Amino acid sequence: MKKFDGKAIFLDRNDINTDEIIPAKYLTEVTKAALKPYLLEDLKLEGFSTEQLADRNAVITKENFGCGSSREHAPWALEVNDINIVIAASFARIFRQNMYNCGMLAVELPEENIDELFRTFGGSGCSVKTDLENQKIKFISGNTELEYEFNISGFNKDLVKAGGWVEYADTRY
Amino acid sequence: MGKTIAEKIFEAHIVDRPVPETAVINLDAVFCHEITTPAAILDLKARGKKGVFDPSKIKAVIDHVTPAKDSKTATQGLILRNWAKEEGIKDFFDIGRNGVCHAIFPEKGFARPGYTIIMGDSHTCTHGAFGAFAAGVGTTDLEVGILKGVCSFQLPGTIKINITGKPASGVYSKDIILSIIKMLGVNGATDRVIEFTGEVVDAMTMEERMTLCNMAIEAGGTSGICYPDRITAEYLWDFIKDDYESVDEAVEDFRKWISDSDAEYVREISFDVSELEPVATFGYKPDQVKTIRELEGTEINQVYIGSCTNGRIEDLREAAKVLRGKKIADSVRGIVSPATPDIFKAALKEGIIDVFMEAGFCVTNPTCGACLGMSNGVLAEGEVCASTTNRNFNGRMGKGGMVHLMSPASAAAASLTGVITNSPLYTGRE
Repeated sequence: MKKFDGKAIFLDRNDINTDEIIPAKYLTEVTKAALKPYLLEDLKLEGFSTEQLADRNAVITKENFGCGSSREHAPWALEVNDINIVIAASFARIFRQNMYNCGMLAVELPEENIDELFRTFGGSGCSVKTDLENQKIKFISGNTELEYEFNISGFNKDLVKAGGWVEYADTRY
Repeated sequence: MGKTIAEKIFEAHIVDRPVPETAVINLDAVFCHEITTPAAILDLKARGKKGVFDPSKIKAVIDHVTPAKDSKTATQGLILRNWAKEEGIKDFFDIGRNGVCHAIFPEKGFARPGYTIIMGDSHTCTHGAFGAFAAGVGTTDLEVGILKGVCSFQLPGTIKINITGKPASGVYSKDIILSIIKMLGVNGATDRVIEFTGEVVDAMTMEERMTLCNMAIEAGGTSGICYPDRITAEYLWDFIKDDYESVDEAVEDFRKWISDSDAEYVREISFDVSELEPVATFGYKPDQVKTIRELEGTEINQVYIGSCTNGRIEDLREAAKVLRGKKIADSVRGIVSPATPDIFKAALKEGIIDVFMEAGFCVTNPTCGACLGMSNGVLAEGEVCASTTNRNFNGRMGKGGMVHLMSPASAAAASLTGVITNSPLYTGRE
């Protein structure tokens, strides 16, 4: 199973789309590794630059993350940058399924939790610690700590634990 | 309790229910193109897996960048081409016979009522126009679909949109769907099927229904869907005539997929189009929609007519009505891409290609290229395009470019004046 812990980057906007996560012109690459330098290249967001991604392992963002194209290049671009978990108020369907299908974790938290995270850590940043088995996620910075429970269906949890949909389906169908 | 069309299709295809809210369903068709499929093919090879679940149910096309623009896109085409040959996939459409996937596959009769269809392309929802459950998926779903013929879906509830009234002349399916997306918002239909029904949809051609369903994903929808009827049966007749004695019999059989009157919906909306004006998007989200009147005068540099949304023969006909005998503005580059070879041939035969060329348009081969800024019409920084495509995201048609989505008639009108303007085909409300 992949690791879902580490330092988070906060992306303060709704509707961050797949073209912003990885522009279409890079879809001519057939290896995941080649996508690494282009993650979030087209995202225009105050205070954000792609250099900040270097030491991050999690994304915290708002509503409808990953909307638009079906390109799995979006989770792949995150994965090759060592980001295996996105925490958001909501996700677009295809992106969310692509995450689980790749053995990655899409964590949906209620809007008030997301707002609290932005209020508490938005400026300073924080670390994420995930307990998938018990469906709990902790956000830590210095002495400040917030912990939430999250929902994930037994099926999607099994996909993440199996390493993805290919691994899961191979033994069953 | 009755069932919706989506529920009926799911019920007929269920393979597994790993948890109550998720169904694994078997697939009637897996569509493939050269952008999202090669990674699946390479991964299958790396895993040592040969074979596909059923070569007759897999359809493949090179459409996103064609002809190949560089070595990388040539390689993507090569991987798909070789694989189709190795796996005995007969319905593979290579250059010269290729068209935009969501235009050519319906044209070949590959989308049918009651079908389950996936493709590694978000606009797969287009095929719901035939009364199918058709969903865009990522490469891993595609890979498992190719290998096992199954896909998992969280059971989607349905939003029913009853479209009523009489649209003014010059108001099209594109104006209706853009107005619906404005109402729903870009995530208003996430994890939902959008069922388009009502007198306006009943009267629509398959081309118009495809435009409607094509943009369901822009509201987050899993699939758009229309009831299959006589218009569906007549469109498909060449492909289904061995299965039915008559069109009547096909129509009768298709009725089994129509939602029951006591089906349960997540949301039911009545949408009257009588007062609707031609519209276009502004900004970078497809739910940012204003009337053309409000956007009137916005300068544009390029007009693009084509794509899986509006590159079909009816679209070219409407644009040609506006362009006939006229020249596009000096400040504008006009590009038209008929979505399939058959559409191209029909447009040639009807003299439509002449109209475009006389007006000063560049006519390209069928391809998705410009719509997603990959080839054949990429914008420069700061440029503005009036486009009949489906997505206006920041950078979509080229870094720093702005895209205004609209109908073919509105795009043609903009090409003549160099600014966003209502087409002469829109004569106001009666």
